[in-house]
Amino acid sequence: MIGKLAKSVREYKTPSILSVVFIALEVVLEVFLPLVCSDLVNFIEGSSVPGMDTAITHNFTLLGINTGVSVTGALDAGAIGYVFAYAGMLIAMAGLSLTCGLLSGMFCARASAGFAKNLRKDLYYTIQDFSFENIDTFSTSSLVTRLTTDVTNVQNAYMMIIRIAVRSPLMFLASLIMAFMKNWFIALIFLGAALLLLGAMALIPRKAMPIFNRVFKKYDNMNLRIQENVHAARAVKAFVREDYEIQKFDTAATDVRKDFTKAETLLALSNPIVYFIMFVLILTTCTLCTVFIVNGQTDPNFHTIGGELNLGDLSALVQYAIMILMSMIMLVMVFVMIVMAVESARRIVTVLDTKSTLESPEGGKTEVADGSIEFDHVDFSYAGDDEKCALKDADIKIKSGEVIGILGGTGSSKTTLVQLIPRLYDVTEGSVKVGGVDVREYDLESLRKNVAMVLQKNVLFSGTIKENIRWGKPDATDEEIVEACKLAQADEFISQMPDGYDTFIEQGGTNVSGGQRQRLCIARALIASPKIIIFDDSTSAVDTKTDALIRQAMKESLPEATKIIIAQRVSSFEGADRIIVMDGGRISAVGTHDELMKSSPIYREAYEIQNKKSDDEEGNDAVAE
Amino acid sequence: MPSLNNKQSGVMPEGFDAEGVTDPKQLKKMLREHKKAQKQSAPDRKVFRRILGYIFKYYKARFILVVISIIIGSIGTAMIPVILMMLTNNYIEPHTLGGGDTGVLPLWTFLIVSAALYLVAVCFSTTYNVLMARIGQGVLYNIRRDMFVHMQYLPISYFDRHLSGDIMSVYTNDVDALRQFICQTLPQLIISAVTLTALLVIMFVYSLWLLLIVLAVVGVMIFVVTKIGGASSRYFIMQQTALGKVDGYIEESMHGQKVIKVFCHEEEAKRDFDEKNDSLCRHATAANTYANVLMPVLQNIGNILYVIIAIVGSLMIVLGGKNVGLGNAIPGFDMEIIAVVVGFLSIAKSFTQQIATISQQINFVAMAQAGGNRIFAIMDEAPEEDNGYVELVWAKRTADGGVEPSDTYTGLWAWKHPHRAEGTVTYVELKGDIEMHDVDFAYVPGKTVLHDVTLYAKPGQKVAFVGATGAGKTTITNLINRFYDIEDGKIRYDGININKIKKPDLRRSLGIVLQDTNLFTGTIKDNIRYGKLNATDEEVIEAAKLANAHDFIMRLPDGYDTMLESDGANLSQGQRQLLSIARTACENAPVLVLDEATSSIDTRTEQIVQSGMDKLMTGRTVFVIAHRLSTVRNSNVIMVLDHGRIIERGTHEQLLEQQGTYYKLYTGAFELE
Repeated sequence: MIGKLAKSVREYKTPSILSVVFIALEVVLEVFLPLVCSDLVNFIEGSSVPGMDTAITHNFTLLGINTGVSVTGALDAGAIGYVFAYAGMLIAMAGLSLTCGLLSGMFCARASAGFAKNLRKDLYYTIQDFSFENIDTFSTSSLVTRLTTDVTNVQNAYMMIIRIAVRSPLMFLASLIMAFMKNWFIALIFLGAALLLLGAMALIPRKAMPIFNRVFKKYDNMNLRIQENVHAARAVKAFVREDYEIQKFDTAATDVRKDFTKAETLLALSNPIVYFIMFVLILTTCTLCTVFIVNGQTDPNFHTIGGELNLGDLSALVQYAIMILMSMIMLVMVFVMIVMAVESARRIVTVLDTKSTLESPEGGKTEVADGSIEFDHVDFSYAGDDEKCALKDADIKIKSGEVIGILGGTGSSKTTLVQLIPRLYDVTEGSVKVGGVDVREYDLESLRKNVAMVLQKNVLFSGTIKENIRWGKPDATDEEIVEACKLAQADEFISQMPDGYDTFIEQGGTNVSGGQRQRLCIARALIASPKIIIFDDSTSAVDTKTDALIRQAMKESLPEATKIIIAQRVSSFEGADRIIVMDGGRISAVGTHDELMKSSPIYREAYEIQNKKSDDEEGNDAVAE
Repeated sequence: MPSLNNKQSGVMPEGFDAEGVTDPKQLKKMLREHKKAQKQSAPDRKVFRRILGYIFKYYKARFILVVISIIIGSIGTAMIPVILMMLTNNYIEPHTLGGGDTGVLPLWTFLIVSAALYLVAVCFSTTYNVLMARIGQGVLYNIRRDMFVHMQYLPISYFDRHLSGDIMSVYTNDVDALRQFICQTLPQLIISAVTLTALLVIMFVYSLWLLLIVLAVVGVMIFVVTKIGGASSRYFIMQQTALGKVDGYIEESMHGQKVIKVFCHEEEAKRDFDEKNDSLCRHATAANTYANVLMPVLQNIGNILYVIIAIVGSLMIVLGGKNVGLGNAIPGFDMEIIAVVVGFLSIAKSFTQQIATISQQINFVAMAQAGGNRIFAIMDEAPEEDNGYVELVWAKRTADGGVEPSDTYTGLWAWKHPHRAEGTVTYVELKGDIEMHDVDFAYVPGKTVLHDVTLYAKPGQKVAFVGATGAGKTTITNLINRFYDIEDGKIRYDGININKIKKPDLRRSLGIVLQDTNLFTGTIKDNIRYGKLNATDEEVIEAAKLANAHDFIMRLPDGYDTMLESDGANLSQGQRQLLSIARTACENAPVLVLDEATSSIDTRTEQIVQSGMDKLMTGRTVFVIAHRLSTVRNSNVIMVLDHGRIIERGTHEQLLEQQGTYYKLYTGAFELE
């Protein structure tokens, strides 16, 4: 999984590594700082006691190492030079550390943002190559979550890994080494305390995690209730159910409150453990240091456990104690964050690992001879649903230029049948031929350019009407666009819009009516002058008259094209050469209107229901929506 | 009705130009933009007062306890350097410099005093942490609840004006921002404030000179925080905008993924995506750079402060400078400079650490303010007004054919109408007689969407409205159940002005089948029972049978106990409609408003839905908003609406004879929607 994700780092490998390098440098400098300070304190120590001048030697040490230079007696103006030497060194170190900090911060920002960019891109590109089957296995919302929230989680984790997961162990090690250099006995105590803390901190998330998981579920449940309430505001008011809704919400909100309090109390109670260990350690350090300082010089017993210490060492060791513990706390915190991101990472990798189930063949045919279609004993079942055959032994030949209607109830596999023509799915058994050639031998893009399909659940994209129509033919001229819209009977309403063809379509096409949306989708499909046109229930929101006009216009302008029309309205089949009646995944009947009225009870029933109401009205279709 | 007029305008924010807006959807969009523009100006500082108000209202004693715990705990921690100073001064220095044997007393004092201080700090920090968990969750619960309860009583216009996603975001993101603020930021700020104060006092006591140095450096730090922090939040806003664009694009293209495939549009989609993704990456890099840089900068300024103190301290020692501090005047607080310097080194560290901590909380404060503003904006919305006083009561028939109140359900209902002037009460039988006289209505003042609508619906009659999108069909039904109030004219229900009827009672007398099915998570039984909470299982099944829903329900694995996912996502469109009809059937109201669904369902299911609707309509006064003319034909009267006016009215046959708009609609020359 990590290897898969790491592939997305690519050109941001350098900033990632540089960031880590500068963090390491920063840590080293940060650890040396207290050491130099302790040198300084040691250097000046004692000089303020009057009358003690003569006995004291001030050793000029660097990082605890004696340079051999020393000043004896009271510190005077002459010794100030040394003091300034320390000062210069300390300030230089702080400056260096600052530079390293700035650089590492910069590189880290670049690395993590870049990594996220690449990851998002890889995901998006993978999804673009998905087949319909792949798209069906992931729901739209889950893909959106993976591309947004999950990528952000992984990005944050990546940043944390670079910044803290690298920094903390380094800081821990460096501080520990420094402490050992000062006094091994005290350093051992540090090590023990650090391990104790690590253990305690690691226990807390394990205890708290299950509770939090439960809390999040309840939290989701509460939000679901709110969301439903907001969506159904009209229903709530119409049924006067405000009090009932409040009661439902209160139950959910009380649940959330109870469990959240429990979880947070547990965390709150764990806080003191950390504090306690920290305080005990600092206290021990101070006491031990003091004892060593006071007795170390005189009592030989102390030499065996670390030897002598002085005041400067005390302040340095206290600093190291804090650094060690803080790095442990950070490490655990980061660990928890990373654990939370693992789930996101897993979801992302699932997508990245998904291979498209349908690929364009190498050197596939790019020319489609004509619009003839042949289903040769086709069986089809959707992935993961192998037992249920969505399509069973579909066998039909359609001549180029024929107009075919398809009728059938919900779940009769009308859509499944036509989706095999532009090879949106591959057949399980048998074959589908277009222009006399198996669809699997075509270059996918060439096939789909020649087989225009207006999907049942069709969408427009945010952008102008022109831009949307151009989807069908990227290099279409304005005249061609108008032409296509006229065919789809959309030109009239478009011209009435204030901005005409430059009218901006909102996301999801919410600013045009359902009938208008369908006509725009039809225009988009027709503009490429395809050899085969498939309407999957594409005129359900268009009135019968316009529906007829569209069919008439297509007949005149695209006489060569094979037209396949799926519809619920029998009137949509007017002018069809043949009508296919689907039932339970099988082709139950094929024939003309007159033939089917005699032979197919399904067709007859649909016709009679729809025409019953207008029997007395000159044969008009009463369903006008 | 001038008073209603005022109320309408009160709904609109000031300075909002609603010229030419007739459609609530369009209005919603304009308002959203207006709101956005306003949001950027004038943040409301009262937010924090109100948040604190919540804390004090419910948890006054406990919160005071928290503050006290924090003060004691923080002061305890702040005292540690002082103890260290004393140890140096009274024990280490004399010993190492041979200043004489002080005995181990100072060491023991140090141990005991500091152990005690730490213990106090640990105890109080635990106390406040535990208390704060309770207070925080409690306050959040109360805020959520108040917000939700208030929202239930907001007029429907509120929901028409706001996107549900925006409302949800207040409940999730904004409440979350408050959680962060109340549970973490607030206590942390108090801790920092107390610690800083304590450290200042300590420094003031021990050395004025060093204090001045610390203050000067802190000044620099604050300057840096505001500069870098300011740039950081500026870039973060840009990053959020870029992120919004990328998210929007992702959402759109994932929804249209199949269309992209059908048009072989993958390469274009990748190109567009790259462009937005790259721009996001640039902004994210800038934003994170500033954020990442702040901490090292503060830390190293802290380091430099550490160095300066060490140097100045040394110089004071070397040059024999005089330490000036309050402590010098107080016996027992007088200390050697070396001890003071050692103490100050750790004080300076704590001091800069606290400032870094505060700088990290600033973002949360800003987020809480923004979130709080939106939360309280919901709570400050004016609730739906109800000045009605006529009530709906159970009734029974009197000997003379009138009605009188009844203690039991008889199937008969009456309007209880008190007449204040005479001090009498009359009872009017609920029949379902509805009249509209010259009704005018505008969603936005000045933009009338209904003109002079007059209609009569006698009990048991069926009135149908047809017309194009935006003609005002739904608006009329919105007025009958008073989702909106009319501007001019009168609506009478059984002869009573509907403004006099209590809104809940009015709505209870009206059954509505909405265009959107709006089912709830829960069992099918629960959903049907939504129409009548105390309905027995038999009544539920009865209602389902009436609505033609019984058959499909029985085919489901768990029958009436089948759990519905959100809005019935696991049912087909037709099945959802049947449940929605069953729910209204369960309510059994004398007057019905049916808003037909527009989505297409297959012929057979449509038949079933239609016959369910027909059974429901029998014997009731019905208003139908028709999307299929087939529904309309057997209505007693059909109203053809155009731009808010009734342009044709009559029976199906009469209207066909007229050869007007209805005729054109019927013959399929016009689209209905």
